[in-house]
Amino acid sequence: MNIFRSKTFAHGIHPPESKDDTSGLPIRQFPFAPSLVVPLSQHIGKPAVAVVREGQEVTRGQCIAKHDGFVSVAMHAPASGIVCHIGLTPSITGKMVPGIFIEPFPASTQEIMEGAACDASTADSEEIVAAVQQAGVVGLGGAGFPTHAKLRIPEGKFVDTLVINGAECEPYLTTDHRVMLEHSVDVMAGIPYLMKATGATRTIIAVEANKPDAAETLRATIPDGSGIELEVLPVKYPQGAEKLLITALLDREIPSGGLPLDVHALCVNVATTAEIGQLLPHGKGIQERVITVGGPAVKNKGNYRIQIGTPLRFVLETVGVEDDITRVFLGGPMMGQAVSSLDIPITKGTTGVIAFTTRETGFRDGHPQYPCIRCGYCVDACPIFLNPSQLGLLAEQDHYRRMVDDFHLMDCFECGCCTFVCPSHIPLVQQFRIAKAAVRKMKVTA
Amino acid sequence: MVRWTKTLEIRSSPHIAGGKSVNAIMFNVVLALLPVTAFAVYAFGLAALITLGTAVTSCLVTEHLLCRLTGRNSSVGDWSVVVTGLLYGLTLPPGLAVWMVAVGGVMAVGLGKFLFGGLGYNPFNPALVGRALLQAAFPVAMTTWPTMPVDRFTQLPSSTLAWPFTKPVYDSISGATPLAGWKFDRVMTEPTDLLLGYVSGSTGETCALLILLGGVYLVMRKIMSWRIPVTIFLTVALCSGLLQLIDPAKYAGPLFMLFSGGLMLGAVFMATDMVASPMTHLGCELYGVLIGLLVVVIRVWGGMPEGVMYAILLGNAVSPHIDNWIQPRVYGTKKRRQTP
Repeated sequence: MNIFRSKTFAHGIHPPESKDDTSGLPIRQFPFAPSLVVPLSQHIGKPAVAVVREGQEVTRGQCIAKHDGFVSVAMHAPASGIVCHIGLTPSITGKMVPGIFIEPFPASTQEIMEGAACDASTADSEEIVAAVQQAGVVGLGGAGFPTHAKLRIPEGKFVDTLVINGAECEPYLTTDHRVMLEHSVDVMAGIPYLMKATGATRTIIAVEANKPDAAETLRATIPDGSGIELEVLPVKYPQGAEKLLITALLDREIPSGGLPLDVHALCVNVATTAEIGQLLPHGKGIQERVITVGGPAVKNKGNYRIQIGTPLRFVLETVGVEDDITRVFLGGPMMGQAVSSLDIPITKGTTGVIAFTTRETGFRDGHPQYPCIRCGYCVDACPIFLNPSQLGLLAEQDHYRRMVDDFHLMDCFECGCCTFVCPSHIPLVQQFRIAKAAVRKMKVTA
Repeated sequence: MVRWTKTLEIRSSPHIAGGKSVNAIMFNVVLALLPVTAFAVYAFGLAALITLGTAVTSCLVTEHLLCRLTGRNSSVGDWSVVVTGLLYGLTLPPGLAVWMVAVGGVMAVGLGKFLFGGLGYNPFNPALVGRALLQAAFPVAMTTWPTMPVDRFTQLPSSTLAWPFTKPVYDSISGATPLAGWKFDRVMTEPTDLLLGYVSGSTGETCALLILLGGVYLVMRKIMSWRIPVTIFLTVALCSGLLQLIDPAKYAGPLFMLFSGGLMLGAVFMATDMVASPMTHLGCELYGVLIGLLVVVIRVWGGMPEGVMYAILLGNAVSPHIDNWIQPRVYGTKKRRQTP
């Protein structure tokens, strides 16, 4: 271990942080929408199976869909109300997906139903894994991978270090920041569950240096002798990507195509950890989450606790938007997906709702796309050392196979650094997505 | 209920862009060249002004006409042609006949850039392609160097206005460049004169200090990588230093080698042409070492006193191969992968 090595990763970029508008605003409860829709698949893996029928009354927090197989989680009613319909709803992917439509009772107190509690000090690892699955917990950082599936360590493997990801490197997003600040106790309550389930003896909470108040609050709540450390990292995008975060903290490189488990580490988002610490002692399930609603086109910016299933249209109408709104996307501006319909619901993986006006999006429109001038800026930006320029040239000629076989296209996690720095405004990430989809299709049909 | 009257656009992420556009990069290169250009006009007077003006104009007009002919949108506005024209003009002797300058400018853009597909596709630095063609076509005119006459701001050298396809007549006494002086007459020029530019030579190559200033500006604005110029300087200094140790009477020292001739202009502004240089750090270093070695070899053992132009052109030719050999080591893989 090199003592002179600063705790960071190579390459990466420094986009404008744009967090000041919302980082100082406390989390506020968002009103209930007149109609909520809970998609059955808000996670990677098999969709949940509905266990309610149309016309049935449900209580807030009640399990309305159960997991189907191991890589799948349960869904809970976001509000006390009546199941008015079970059918298709638009989703962020552009496809229609099955969902449960709930109309909340206007006069309900919206008391949350509790279930069987799981105590970190008495439960064994299998019980914790089952409780996390039953609570419907998925990665709240945006990936939506069922958390309990990560916690069950396969035979022959072990985890020595648990990384709690509080980097929040995406511009505009301040949800993790506020959660760390206001729910530090829940974070500390969640960590013992994770450590016990995985057998990790050491936990590192990673916070970027632009959130000193969150780091201080967390540091003050760390119990003595708990094996929990806090590390403040220099600000750089995409620090929050789990592979790079583990490299920055532990100087371990996860093999291509592998998992953090291969280097005996496990990375869990800080909001997910807080959620576990909040839900498991009461046997509750996820029915709401903290979301940053911001961007220059939003009037009442803020960090809101929003019910899962709230339609995006209701969110934007409640906060109010400027007249020249041109683009809405879920997540941060670097990796967030632009929405095609305002009828899609907020899901467990939604970290932010950001709206832009023509002023922010105009950059690319005002300038034509130039040919690649081989400046190499993208090569210097790519955090996993791909050659985006070369990949882009191959993509233009549809040499998708070569991109995968010779240039490691599948290692790209679409962080967007290359496209951000490209002086020719080449939509590299988009080209890579198309190429990846084409290659996956080839593999299926071959 | 809000009535949505706006159409939302759907784009692939990332939704923000940073950094500089191609225009901005090229414009900054022009800015970095301004001090050199100003000194050239001060040192060589009207002759330099006319040479540079003709060079830039001929390149711009060629690009515009070729774009029109091939039915594309004119790419004159992206500043890259201005960079080519200015660099091309700066490498020419100040008293060169206007028609020769124009012919070279047309060739630089037409052959060096447009024939290969325009911006981003030129395998060689277009400015040097133009100069190399002139060097081959008019060897005498390209190696006749006027000194700094007192009346340079009022009088044009007669050679400048020679009729097309006639041989220019030189009226002023031409001086030898420091490199030619050393190679053929064993005359050594003072390093301070080299640094400040009080020597004869191509329009823009004489003042090493201002060239370095432009280079430092580009590196500070993070437009240019320092790797290529620095590796060229180090290689040249190391090789000439070794040679001088062997025989001080026969070989010139590192200071003279670095600051004489076109090395500064070439290393800082020519070899760093983004399109024709490698992309990876190691690739850039290899490329710099190669150019440095070639410069020393041509200058010391070649028939010509100056070799920067050919060294860079040869470096350009090797650059795509360097990019093929040297790929970055991908995260999570064992070693640098080599393309078959």
